Amino acid sequence: MSTLTAEHPKVSTAPKVKLLKTADTNKKVVFNTENLNLWYDETHALKNINLTIREKEVTAIIGPSGCGKSTYLKTLNRMVELVPKVRTTGKIMYNEKSIFDPSLNVEQLRTQVGMVFQKPNPFPKSIYENIAYGPKIHGIRNKMILDEIVETSLRNAYIWDEVKDRLHDSAYGLSGGQQQRLCIARCLAIEPEVILMDEPTSALDPKSTLKVEELIRNLKDDYAIVIVTHNMQQAARISDRTAFFLDGEVIEYDETYEVFNHPNDKRTEAYINGQFG
Amino acid sequence: MSEKKKKQNVRQLIEEKNKSQNFNRKLEKSIPVLLFLIASLSVLTTIGIVYILVSESFHFFKEVSIVSFFTGTVLKPLSQNPQFGVLPLLMGTLTSTFIAILVALPIGLMSAIYLSEYAPNNVRKICKPILEVLAGIPTIVYGFFAFTFVTPLLKYVIPGLDATNILSPGIVMGIMIIPMIASLSEDAMTAVPNSMREGALAMGSTKLEVVFKVIIPAALSGIIASIVLAISRAIGETMIVTIASGSSKNFTFDITQSMQTMTAYIVEVTGGDAPAGSTIYYSLYAVAMTLFIFTLLMNLSATYIAKKWKEEYE
Repeated sequence: MSTLTAEHPKVSTAPKVKLLKTADTNKKVVFNTENLNLWYDETHALKNINLTIREKEVTAIIGPSGCGKSTYLKTLNRMVELVPKVRTTGKIMYNEKSIFDPSLNVEQLRTQVGMVFQKPNPFPKSIYENIAYGPKIHGIRNKMILDEIVETSLRNAYIWDEVKDRLHDSAYGLSGGQQQRLCIARCLAIEPEVILMDEPTSALDPKSTLKVEELIRNLKDDYAIVIVTHNMQQAARISDRTAFFLDGEVIEYDETYEVFNHPNDKRTEAYINGQFG
Repeated sequence: MSEKKKKQNVRQLIEEKNKSQNFNRKLEKSIPVLLFLIASLSVLTTIGIVYILVSESFHFFKEVSIVSFFTGTVLKPLSQNPQFGVLPLLMGTLTSTFIAILVALPIGLMSAIYLSEYAPNNVRKICKPILEVLAGIPTIVYGFFAFTFVTPLLKYVIPGLDATNILSPGIVMGIMIIPMIASLSEDAMTAVPNSMREGALAMGSTKLEVVFKVIIPAALSGIIASIVLAISRAIGETMIVTIASGSSKNFTFDITQSMQTMTAYIVEVTGGDAPAGSTIYYSLYAVAMTLFIFTLLMNLSATYIAKKWKEEYE
């Protein structure tokens, strides 16, 4: 950090949190992306992406608006295909199987790779039904098991105490932060392996943001988490690895500690110092 | 310099205009009164119609008791010993409406699902206006279509079918209200935000699961309102049943027979020579009021359902 301040004495927005080396290369690779390219019609949105995502780690993707970070995230569970005229080349291996393989069942992929969106999007149902939705569509009908799943998921998302007395009220009576934790609980209810989070706190107030961050830090004991964020401090606080995207390319991908303290690329350095974005 | 001049000019112009605005201000003040009067016209008309219906029916119920009117299964207005039971007409109306809904509900709903969830944008852009054209066809054309096309066609399947019967107009009425159900339900489903679809798909739902477990429940109030409006439209429908179902006042469950609906009865009696002041003349009002109560209840429940089941997806 000292080199940064020496070069840019006037800018001091770099994260002031203590960073620890937390990434561990012995962990299993869940997603391996090789030479991924993606076009929206004629726009080349992702260029030669190479990234590995490991289990039980938080991988943060940072970068300015329009750099392709959300696109990359949505490619991992193939939600990007909902956009018309999308083309991809290259490989993404999920547990050593290609996700673009025609024989792959996309519903099964999305069951194993859950997603939390930028804006909380609970279904217009009760809190209970929101959580029970996933297990139900995947064939779990037993009321006792469902009750248990609902309670465990809500507990794991640290929202149980706030909602246990109104499980059958509409999810829209909750605050924005609560709704987002409910959406995380909904995601946990089908026990995915990976959770993709697309700027999950950008619509939340600071207090709710901290709660969600704490939740993410605890979830990584069991899940691989990929989080897209605009907020560099957030990436520094919660992630083990950080990828810096710019104009559809991965400029730098390393342990968060390294990216924030010894960025290899001038552009990374400039971005995390708040010179653009 | 020139800009400054221009500014002053505008200011002067506005001031001059303001001075001459006395008339405008008076207009502004009188506008609400004017609009109120115009708006009250339709309210007054409704009140007038209800008043006439009630007061004329009152004359009828002086001669025929309410109980025998609503429980009588025989309607013989022109016989020596006239009997005025409304049940045959109610039966005709309800049967034809029921057949219509049986036809329109699955087709309308499935069209709505296709248009809102599956159809590519260009297909939707072409299909929806065409569907709405169907709603603009005059009902007399539908009636003709039922009598000269659908009934003969049905005769191939059901040889015992009467030339006039309640089945054929029921089916055609169903076709008539398909666009209503399809179009309004499609609106309700399209209004469900995309984030709901994404949320459900991201959990590994199939498209069909998204439609039936997320979209339809979320759009339910709109869908039910569309169905209720369609029912109310079928109850009030006149021309199709008058032409294709004849005027037998049968009290029966046999849909291959001719039955008369409340609306067709009113057409028949007003078209005939019922002398003003006679019981048969007043019976028109009693039937009309029954019909009015039915459609009113339908419309009220549509409003109630739409409000009560309104899903909030902010």
